[in-house]
Amino acid sequence: MSTHSPQGLSSSSAVMRHAALLITGALILIPFVWMVSLSIKPPGEIFRASFSFWPHEFYGIENYTKALTEAPLPQYMLNGVFVCASIVILQILICAPAAYALAKLDFPGKNLLFAMVLIALLLPHEVLALPLFILGYQIGILNTYAALIVPYVVSPFGIFLFRQFFKTIPDDVIHAARLDGLSELSIVWKIMVPMALPAIIAFGIFSVVGHWNSLFWPLIAVRDQSLMPPPLGIMAFKNEEAGNDYGPLMAASTIVVLPLIIAFLSAQRWFVEGLTGGAVK
Amino acid sequence: MNKIFIKQISKSFGATPVLRDVSLSIADGEFLTLLGASGCGKSTLLRILAGLELQTGGSVAIGERVVDGVRPKRRDVAMVFQSYALYPHMTVQDNMALPLRMRRLSSWQRLPLAGRFMPGTTATTAEIERDVTRTAKALGIGHLLARKPGQLSGGQRQRVAVGRAMVRQPAVFLMDEPLSNLDAMLRVQMRAEIKELHNRLGVTFVYVTHDESEAMTMSDRVAVMLDGELLQVAPPQEIYADPDDRRVAEFIGSPKINMLEARLRDGGLADAAGTSFAVAANVAHGTALTLGIRPEAFHLVDAGGANILTGAVRLVEHMGSDLFVHLDVPGTEHPLIARLLAERAPQILTGQTLHLGVKPERLLLFAADGKRLRPHNHRNGTVLRMRELAQ
Repeated sequence: MSTHSPQGLSSSSAVMRHAALLITGALILIPFVWMVSLSIKPPGEIFRASFSFWPHEFYGIENYTKALTEAPLPQYMLNGVFVCASIVILQILICAPAAYALAKLDFPGKNLLFAMVLIALLLPHEVLALPLFILGYQIGILNTYAALIVPYVVSPFGIFLFRQFFKTIPDDVIHAARLDGLSELSIVWKIMVPMALPAIIAFGIFSVVGHWNSLFWPLIAVRDQSLMPPPLGIMAFKNEEAGNDYGPLMAASTIVVLPLIIAFLSAQRWFVEGLTGGAVK
Repeated sequence: MNKIFIKQISKSFGATPVLRDVSLSIADGEFLTLLGASGCGKSTLLRILAGLELQTGGSVAIGERVVDGVRPKRRDVAMVFQSYALYPHMTVQDNMALPLRMRRLSSWQRLPLAGRFMPGTTATTAEIERDVTRTAKALGIGHLLARKPGQLSGGQRQRVAVGRAMVRQPAVFLMDEPLSNLDAMLRVQMRAEIKELHNRLGVTFVYVTHDESEAMTMSDRVAVMLDGELLQVAPPQEIYADPDDRRVAEFIGSPKINMLEARLRDGGLADAAGTSFAVAANVAHGTALTLGIRPEAFHLVDAGGANILTGAVRLVEHMGSDLFVHLDVPGTEHPLIARLLAERAPQILTGQTLHLGVKPERLLLFAADGKRLRPHNHRNGTVLRMRELAQ
């Protein structure tokens, strides 16, 4: 008796829970599925009133060829890879030592510095767009790769996330490392970062996804098409070339998000571990 | 050669004093234990020795060298931590090799890929590997070198931690409660192994513990600490039999020492718990005293009298060879505990009236401030000589 009623209750609540998850999942997935569906349809079918996922006439090869040839999509993708990789590497190079200092070292002004990190965490990057634009103009880096990379290399989110993770590493490990002869910087790179690898990978994914998809700042910072990251490139492509030609546009969009999906699926385990690891230990 | 001198060390965290004016000298090759309840500052003192914590005042010298402000790695000390503090992402081999790599290879030679092509790297790396393997074999963990700490049991991790400290042959070993995470059986075994290790290496060991039996069984000398103060430093048997302070007497010994409040009157007699004891203390009449009686100082007698306590048996605990008898004596706050040999004591029943005698020379007298009162201020000759030797 006593085991039956909670089970019944939990199964009905499980149905509710799954219904809610299915609906929100669908809301997120449908536009995406639609995009993929449109990318393999001929122009005539795209605006037909009836909806079907699979096209009557497979037009994928034409759309994808057009997407890859009419606009410099490979160039955009390479720009995206270069910019995202530079950002994430520089972010880790800067955030890990900063987070170590905030988590494990004692120095005057530490709490004030951490408060400043938290304040920076609250500020949306868009707020800083105008000052950054003026600054970029003054030092003459606008319309270069540097303009896309430099504003992001110090990540308050990264410092915060790493600090929280480093705090869970016992002090004794650091003491042992000091006695073993490691300098403070080698402690960061040889002990702390490898021990916090799940958090580092989770942060890396966040960073890459965010900057790969970023449109707002690149729109301000670069004008040269050869420097444009993928989303900006697609926008330019739409304005100049495609007009109402949604097939190739959707094909280009699909190509642009594909690397992210592959990267996320292959690193999923790390991602979840990194976000929950600090909390449950 | 590797004596340690600790001179008037004090340490406070903010306004809270943790160590007060601690002075101590440790002989070369000695096994010294810092014993005290948790929070008494013993681990802090060890960390100051290692250079992991900076003292507020005072100075530390290892060998001939004052090491205040010297970085931990330059002090030639190795430490074993309570939590072992192994690097979880490295294999046992890498854990043990790291201190050697940091010392024997230059920073260029340690570079991940290019380092391999620097002159001398291969030879030094092979030498490090040999040393690690030798140490691991000596500790019986030779077959675990390829594993990571997560795949080891508590006892194996403990051995790896000792191995990491041992492999670079430091002048001083510091151990911070290394056995407290092990189960009781393993603890007794590792206790013997660490003692053996000390005999074999012959270097100075400073060992921190709150476990009295570890301190008593392993040490050459025990330093008893309480509330940031050093109360007494002496060999284990002297700490037990001849404590300097009431708090030391109460901390050491299980079951706990019996304490009776007494007052001195004419003829060198002290009244306590309805009887009078002959005491040989050099103090004025009417002074309040505390009489300390170890449980095993009692012997069974047939009838009451001077130096004899009489009371009703409250509880009898059979410990195999011994009996612990809890006795309610009128005029005392707590029941007294006597330890009697099982075969010498007849069948003792709860509620029975028992007479327990104490020889006057087995009474420990303490003044009201807790300091020990010694008979006519004379110390046992052997004890005095041992102290001189130790200093």
